[in-house]
Parts: sequence; C-alpha cells; structure tokens
Amino acid sequence: MTTTALAEPAATPVAGRKESWAWLLNARLLIGLAIVAVFTLCAFVLPFFAPADPSMQSTYMKNMPLSAEHVLGTNSLGQDIFWLLVFSIRNSLILGGIVAVGVTIISTIVGLSAGYIGGNFERVVMLVVDTFITIPLLPLLIMLGALIRANQAFLVLAIIIFGWAWGARTVRSMALSLREREFINMAKFSGANTFDILLREVFPYVTAYMLVNFINTMLFAINTEATLAVIGVSRVEIPTLGSIVFWALNYNALFTGNYVWIVAPIVATVVLFLGLFLSSTGFNAAFANRRGVL
Amino acid sequence: MGVLQYVAKRIGIYLCVLLIGLTITFLLPRFMPANPIEAYISQLQARANGQLSQEAIEAMRTNLQELYGLKGDLLSQYFNYMRRVITQFDFGLSFSFYPQPVSAMILGALPWTLSLLLVSTIIAWILGNLVGLVAGYFHTKRSATVLEIVGILLYPIPYYILAVSLILLLAYVIPIFPLSPTFPVGQMTPVKFGMVLYNSLLPALTIVLAGFGWNILSMKALAVATTEEPYVTYARLKGTSNRTRMFSYVFRNAMLPQVTALALSLGTVFNGAILTEILFSYPGVGLIMRTAAGAGDYNVLYGAIAISLIAVATAALIIDLIYPLLDPRIRRR
Repeated sequence: MTTTALAEPAATPVAGRKESWAWLLNARLLIGLAIVAVFTLCAFVLPFFAPADPSMQSTYMKNMPLSAEHVLGTNSLGQDIFWLLVFSIRNSLILGGIVAVGVTIISTIVGLSAGYIGGNFERVVMLVVDTFITIPLLPLLIMLGALIRANQAFLVLAIIIFGWAWGARTVRSMALSLREREFINMAKFSGANTFDILLREVFPYVTAYMLVNFINTMLFAINTEATLAVIGVSRVEIPTLGSIVFWALNYNALFTGNYVWIVAPIVATVVLFLGLFLSSTGFNAAFANRRGVL
Repeated sequence: MGVLQYVAKRIGIYLCVLLIGLTITFLLPRFMPANPIEAYISQLQARANGQLSQEAIEAMRTNLQELYGLKGDLLSQYFNYMRRVITQFDFGLSFSFYPQPVSAMILGALPWTLSLLLVSTIIAWILGNLVGLVAGYFHTKRSATVLEIVGILLYPIPYYILAVSLILLLAYVIPIFPLSPTFPVGQMTPVKFGMVLYNSLLPALTIVLAGFGWNILSMKALAVATTEEPYVTYARLKGTSNRTRMFSYVFRNAMLPQVTALALSLGTVFNGAILTEILFSYPGVGLIMRTAAGAGDYNVLYGAIAISLIAVATAALIIDLIYPLLDPRIRRR
C-alpha cells in the first residue's frame, strides 16, 4: 500500500497532461526527486538482500570498524550499522507514507468543504482547525507514549489526528478563491449539486496542492516519529531514523569513538529531508509557473 | 470600531481554543486503554512483595481516584476539572515529588522555557527576515541565490538533528561548550547567571538555526512579490535610496504576513523548544514533561500539557493583539 502511495507523486501530475510535461521539470524538482527515488529504491529493495535482521542485537562483534563486510561497521549492540540504516529509512518512509495518505484525505475533505460551503460551517471548522494548529503536538505525544508504550499503529493514528490542520488551511484558501470563479457558477446554474461541483470542478484544481501537501506531511510525520524516538518515548526497538540516534546517544557513541553510528543517520536524514523538501517546493514552483502566478 | 471588532473576535477565538484544547487534554487520557491508577497500585504491590491486603488496595484506589479527579461520571469529572483549572489553576499534586503541587512545579520551570524561547525566536525572526529581505530584494543578483540556498539547506533539518549535530561539533570536535550542561539551582548570583547564559547558548543556537531557514524562504518569496508592486517602482522613480526602499517600502509591507505566520507557528516552535530542552537537560517545562513521563507522574504530565497549551495560545493572542499596531489598515477600516 505504501509503495504505491510513494510512487504516486511522480505519476499523478503526468497522467492527465500527456501532451507535454516538460513544464514540470525544474532543477529543484529533479534533484529532489532523484534523491527521494534513490532512497526509496534502496530502502525497499535492499532489505531483501539483508544477511540478518539488523534489529536483532549481538548478531556480530561489537564496535567493529568499517570493512568490506560491514560497510559502516557495527555498533555497541552488535548490529550492522549499514543494514540498520537501510531498515530505518524503510520504516520511516512507510510511516511517513501512511500518515501522509491519511492526512491528505482528511485535510482535503475538511478544507474543500469549509472553503466551498462557507458561512457558519466554515467559521466553526476554521475554529477547530486553528485550535489544532495551536495545540503543541509533542507534549500530547509524550503523554500518549507514557500511557501506552506506543505501538507504531497507534502513533500513526495520533499523528494523523493532530496533523491534518495545516493542510486543511491551505486547501481551504485554495477553495475560497475558486468559489467565485465563472465555471463554478456555470456548473451551479446547470443544476450540479454541491458534491458534484466539489468533485468535478474544484477537486482537479486542488490536486497540485494535495501533492505538495502529501510530501510536506511525510516530512512532518517522519520528523515527529524520529523526535519521539530520540527522547525515548516510542518503541525504540524498531529501527527508525530517530531510534538509531537514540541508541547511539544512549550508548555514548561519541565517547566510545564510534562516530559512524551517530554521523551516518544524521547525514542520511539530512539528505532525505532535503530531497523531500526540494521535491515539494519544486512541484509547487512548477504548478505556480503553469498557472502563470509565480 | 475596526480595532475593537478585531480584538473582540481574536479574544473570542482565544477562549474557544482554550476550551477545546483543555477538553482534549481532559478526554485523551480518559479514553486511553491504560489505567495509571492500576499501574501505580501494581507498582506498589510489587514493591511490597504482594503483601498488600485487599482492603488496603481498595482504600488506596479510592484515594488515588480522588487525587486524580477520577471520581463520579465523566460529565461531573469534566466540570470539576474545568472549575479547578480555571478558577484555582489547580492540577493536583505530584506523585514523584509529593506533596508538591503541580502548578508550582511547572510555573517554576515556565520562566526558563519562556526566556529561552522568547530570545531565540525573536533572534531567529529578525535575522531570518533580514536575510530573506536581502535575498528577495536583490533576487536578480547571483549572490542573492546563495542566501536562498542557505535557507533551503537549513529549513528541512529537524530540531533533533540540529541539536545532536551542534553537540557533536561545538562540544566534542571543537570543545567550546560543555558536553553535559550544568544549570545551577537556588538564588541567582551574577556568577550563576553567567553560567546559565553560557550553558543556554547551545540550546538557543539550535532553536535559532531551526527558525532561521523558514524565515529566510518565506520572507524571500514575500519580498520578491512586494518588490514588483507599483508603489515600489514609484518610489524608485521618485529617487529614494535602495536602503529606504528596502526597509520602508518592501520590508514594512512584507513583514505583516510574517507576523501572522509567527503567531501560527508558535505551537511548532514550542515543540522544538521542548525537544531541545530534553536533549540539553535544560531545566524547563520540556524536561519536567520527560521526567514525569518516565516516572509515570501523570498529574505533572497533564498539568504540563495544559499549561503549555495555555502559554502557547496566550503568546499567539499577544502577537495577534500587537498586529493592529503594525498594520494601520485594521485601525482605519
């Protein structure tokens, strides 16, 4: 499910506009997509070749240096750092993808209906949206982590429930500007009902925002999970980009001189996040260009 | 009229946000499949080698329920909770530091968090916006692109990576700062104050760097759009200097959405501050939260969440109330 969700961004904008999609290409987008593609490919294909489950401790000798057998060496728990990293990136991407699907669906429905229907309905919805934006998420997640040693599924749900508000805000402002356009009136006078108009007329305009929103949500979700893992309130046995750093900090990787253990996940995270961010702003710029707004 | 209406509307939203937020913090733990009271009792039972009698456990259960405000049905619990929080600012007593009241513990830590957050957020806002302004105003120049690239590289890096990298670079590779920060307790003396300042530099730098990138990118986009406005062209033809145009014409107008954005992003900034505090053992609300979560001190945890919610909402309200001073259009409407 997640693999298709991840592949989707590249496919959607191309599908409808087959004539020429050169407009889509700009330097940022190309660099961003290249980085994301390499990471996704490695994260989902390489695990099939893994010699052992990297989350198992004491599989190898502890603190081995870099070698042909262990590309990034091993850590103080006897795990192979390279394979640990590959599995972490995969788990983080899966989590980000699932959250992004959920958040995109909710924020699109809420934002579209609020922006299009307007009136008191919009006021109430925007009040709730603003509340969810104001509530600091991390304290709530720390509490949930303390109450139920958060399993991943629950964490995903919590991030979706508290993460949809920003997207809904963006989609709503888009829908607001569409409400007054001629072709919407045209559809209305032709007798189309609200649902039809939302689905057939407004929705296609919002898809570009949804795509950008999707990538941004992935960033947000991966970041949130990693944050919880680093301070040790999520299931840190599962390798993710955050839990690697947690174990490295806990075993004082710096004092023991095992720099790779802590530097490798940092570098991987920065590059992956940069890739996702460049893709999202690249798409944004491309769509703005096409609409002629820049 | 315009301002009054604006202020009334904003305060109305503020009260609603508080109401909804406090309701969520009330309901969330009650719908969780975990029972802190049973957990606490079994912990005590284990400590007493299972020697506690049934009656003692029963008595303790009633006591704990009273202490946690878990007596009666959900609705009366709710009204009780709201009344206690709003009228007396009472969040019960801490378990780990019994009988210290939760509100006193958190109010003691709040100044630490607020001063760290306030100073570093203001610095990040001013620096980021200035750099963004220059990058946007001179967006046709090649060197401006370099500034934007700084923003692009900084923005997506999460707080925890910044914090760990800063520790790695500035406390380990180049040991300017202490690896494990110490924050003296008790009466503040000039020497202690200097120590606190010195130890707070790394966490502050983390928050500044994290806010810096976003401000650059957002301000750059706004400044580019504003530079194209007819009134800026008019000012140029009138013969005003580059500096006047950049600050009095472009910045003056482009800063308004940035102020609104600051109010909206406070929740996110607060999240970052909490994480930074935990990673640097900085004695603020974040550290209290982490310690309470580890020790199962739920009253402290709930109190900390409610108070951080109130603090963030109030800070956002203050920024929004300052806004009419910056934007004369609201005053003259």
